[in-house]
Formats: sequence, structure tokens, C-alpha cells
Amino acid sequence: MTNYEIRKDFPILNNQNIAYLDSAATTQKPVQVIDAVNRYYKNDNANPHRGAYKLSIRATEVYDEARKKVANFINAKMPDEIVFTRNATESLNLVAYSYGLENIKRQDKIVLSIMEHHSNLVPWQNVARRTGASLEYMYTNSEGRITNDEIYKRIVPGVKIVGITHVSNVLGTINPVKEIVKRAHSVGAIVVVDASQSVPHMKVDVQDLDADFLVFSGHKMLSPLGIGVLYGKKNILDQMVPFLFGGDMIEYVYEQKTTFAPTPTKFEAGTQNVGGAVGLSAAIDYLNKVGMDNIEKIEKNLTIYALDKLQKLDFVTIYGTKNVETHAGVISFNVNGVHPHDVASVLDSQNVCIRSGNHCAQPLLRYMGIDSTCRASLYIYNTKEDIDRLVQALIKTRDMFAKWIK
Amino acid sequence: MDDLDSIYTDIIMEHSVNTYNKHKLDGASDTEHGHNPSCGDDITIEIKMNGNIIEDLSFTGHGCAISQASTSIMIDLLKGKTKEEALKLIDIFLRMIKREEVSEEELEQIEDARALKNIANMPARVKCAELAWYTMEKLLEK
Repeated sequence: MTNYEIRKDFPILNNQNIAYLDSAATTQKPVQVIDAVNRYYKNDNANPHRGAYKLSIRATEVYDEARKKVANFINAKMPDEIVFTRNATESLNLVAYSYGLENIKRQDKIVLSIMEHHSNLVPWQNVARRTGASLEYMYTNSEGRITNDEIYKRIVPGVKIVGITHVSNVLGTINPVKEIVKRAHSVGAIVVVDASQSVPHMKVDVQDLDADFLVFSGHKMLSPLGIGVLYGKKNILDQMVPFLFGGDMIEYVYEQKTTFAPTPTKFEAGTQNVGGAVGLSAAIDYLNKVGMDNIEKIEKNLTIYALDKLQKLDFVTIYGTKNVETHAGVISFNVNGVHPHDVASVLDSQNVCIRSGNHCAQPLLRYMGIDSTCRASLYIYNTKEDIDRLVQALIKTRDMFAKWIK
Repeated sequence: MDDLDSIYTDIIMEHSVNTYNKHKLDGASDTEHGHNPSCGDDITIEIKMNGNIIEDLSFTGHGCAISQASTSIMIDLLKGKTKEEALKLIDIFLRMIKREEVSEEELEQIEDARALKNIANMPARVKCAELAWYTMEKLLEK
């Protein structure tokens, strides 16, 4: 399938005359996903696990089926290693509360990369504050990469948790997660991988990475909002305390104490988001149909095209590595002399959708010495025409502000 | 582009790039910091009161054209006013930008700040225009 064929499956891109370049924030949904959710609510909806009637059993089955599909998609050893959450943020909080607060001691260290999204940073600040552990960072070089030297310098004995984003949501840098995991394990640390910007875009194999925890959001990979995933190694999840308490995550409840259901049910309190899981399952089917290799190829071609076109604009500054091998389809840039927010407004007037701001990564931008950037992020339904529209709109922006740029 | 032309007018662009209000204030009697976490606009307003009169005002910081222009226009408007007059003008501006009831007579009172009226039609940018005025309100109500 080509990106032009793929694009036809996305009603919103056909209904609206937009160049949608904000897929790192959330992706649009193909008709196959929309229909699957629609079918579920028309035919299969009931509260899973609780009812003795056929419909409830069907809801349970589709929910379990989705879990299996996610496990296969990231090559987990078993479906029990997959916990459904609301989104990556909730998954990271689950790990911080149920693993971090319980296991981290005063003398321990937590190491994060400076390019973490706030969702893989603020929860660890909280763990550090409550336990007295210290919080340290791996910094990027001038190309926006974390070097091996930096990995070895920061991940040292005494480090108990390493948090790393697989792909930076600001710079698009693909981080050397495998090397980081190897180093972390050699000093006795566990690794929490934020795969929100990688799982939708490339083949991710949790066993190959040997990640202890890996999280992502469904809505960034074609599925509906409100469903996310926490992958955790079974032996670690089994030892963890629950995050949220309530219905269905229990075994026996007495007046004064409770025993809990096994993994992963003990982490899924309350009525599960079956509709979301069905959507995620259909999204994975869609991604598999397109093929992850093909997805990587489409995005690589578009990224090369976009970087090339943007580099030709002498009034644009691009951030991050020039090496396309370690550059995913997330491109941060600025129009010299024009604030990103103003750029985004002019682009919006041309129906070009980009993000502007600090991208929930204030420490990274502060470290880079900039206040904010424009960000264009690509997905399988984007085309060269979308990028051409971006370039035209940027030229328009420059022209409009030219006489005011100092 | 029509919408944009009514936003990025000459008066707004001139204020967004001028620097006569953008500096530290010698002998400031108080300061207040304002921040939009979502977009990163970040300003600090310094004030010098003489009794009940705002003798001088200045700002430092960074942000988009709208937030910078709005801050500079506000400083021009409020310098020399009493605290009560200033709070009244801030209230008029905020009602205008939130598309609440505001009379033609009131709009006249806020002078150049009227130029920001059309931002009320751009929900994504209203916060940029409001920042300085909320920060100033906080400063005066301390």
C-alpha cells in the first residue's frame, strides 16, 4: 500500500482540506477502526468479566483478544504482560507509583534523558521527592543525540531506574534504547521505555530491547482516544502492588483487607475500556496490513523529503540530528524572527496543522536554550503534497512578517 | 488571509517589535511574573507606584507577537493611571477579549488596546493576548 492509497481510508483527511502534520500529538483514524468501534457498540457491548450472559462473555472475549493482539504486536512473551490503561501517561504513573515508590530508597538514583516528555519526568520527580532518591539526567550532544559516553557516565552503580524515550517527541531522535538497557541492567537498574513515538512508526520488539517496562498510547497509532498500554515483564508486574483499587481487580474482599487478582487484572480497576481495546485491536490489524516495514519506508521517504525542502529555506532553523537513519518523522524548526505561535496561526490560515510550543518537554528546550519550536510530525497518510503545502505556508509566513523581522 | 490581516495589523506588529517598554525598571516597587505553560509565553512586569498612581511600568520576557504587543500596549495605556482606573481598564479589556458585553464608550477608554479585539475570534490565541492583563491585575491586587 502507498501513502496515497492509505490516505483514502481516513475520512477526516478527505472531508477536510487540511495538511495534517501533527500526528505526534494524535493520529487520525481510518474507517476500519471507526467501523470496528461502531460494530462493537452495535453488537457486542456489555460489561466484561461480570455477566453470566452471552453478551458479557463476548465483551470479555474481544477484550482478551485485543490483549493478545497487542502482545503479539510488540512481541511480549505472553498476553499477561499487557496492562490496558488510559494512555502512556497513566502507564508511566502506574510504574512510578507501584514500582518506583515501593522499591526506590533514599540512597538510590533515578536517571532520565533530558528529552523526556513531562509524562516520563514529573512522575519520577515525585518518586525522588517522596523517597529522597536523587534524580539525574543524560544530556544530548549538539546533534540532539545521547552518546555512548554519556550513557556510561550517567548510568552507574547506584542507579535503580532509567527512563528513556524511544523517539523524542521534539527532535525525532531515535535513541539507542538497546544500549541503554544493556548498560542499565549491568548496574542493576530497570528501564522504563516511553515508546509513544516509536510503536506507531516502527517494529518494536520488547524482548529484543529487553525493556522492563514499555508504554504507549493507542490514539497515537490510529486507535480511539482513551486506551493505552503498559508492557511489563511478568515477574516484575507480579511483585508490584496495585495502582488503582476497585472493582474486578480483587480476589477476596473482607471488611478490613483484600487479596488481589493476578497480573494484569490487578492493574485494571473498574470497568475496562473494551470499546477502546477493540479500536486498538483494529488499529493494529490496519498497521499489520500496511506492514511495519512499509510504514518505516513511507515515513523515511517523507522525512528525507521534508528535511530536504526545509533545509532549502534559508529563513528556517531545523533542530536535531541531520542523520536520517536516527531521525524519525518528527521535525522541530523555527522561522527566524517569528515566534512559533505566530507561525502556527499563519499556517492554520493555510489549513496546515502543526504544533507550536514546548511540546511538554520544557527541560529539553531549556537545555537547548530555546523557548519553543514549531513541530511538523508525519504519519503514513501524509504525502509530499502535505509537505509542499507546509513549505508554501512557511514562505507566506516569512513574507507576511518580513518587514517586522529584525 | 483576511482574518490574519485583522490580527497582525501594523499597530500590533509595531508594538510587538518595539522595545521602549521592554527593560528592567530602576526603583521598581513590585514585580509580577506571568506564564502560559502550554505555549511558553513568559513575562515579568515591573511597577513603580507613586502613592496611588502608576508612575512607571516595564516588562521583560519572551513570547509571540500577540503577547508582546498586548503587553506593550497595556503599559502605554496604564502608565499614569490610578490603581482603580487601571483595574477598570483591565476589566474592559478582558471582557472585550472574552467576547462579553462591552460598550463602545468603554472600548474608547482602552485606546490602542482595541486593536486586539479581533483576537477574540481566534480561540487559540486569546490566552496570548490576556497574559499581560491578568498578570497586571494580580500585581495591582496584591
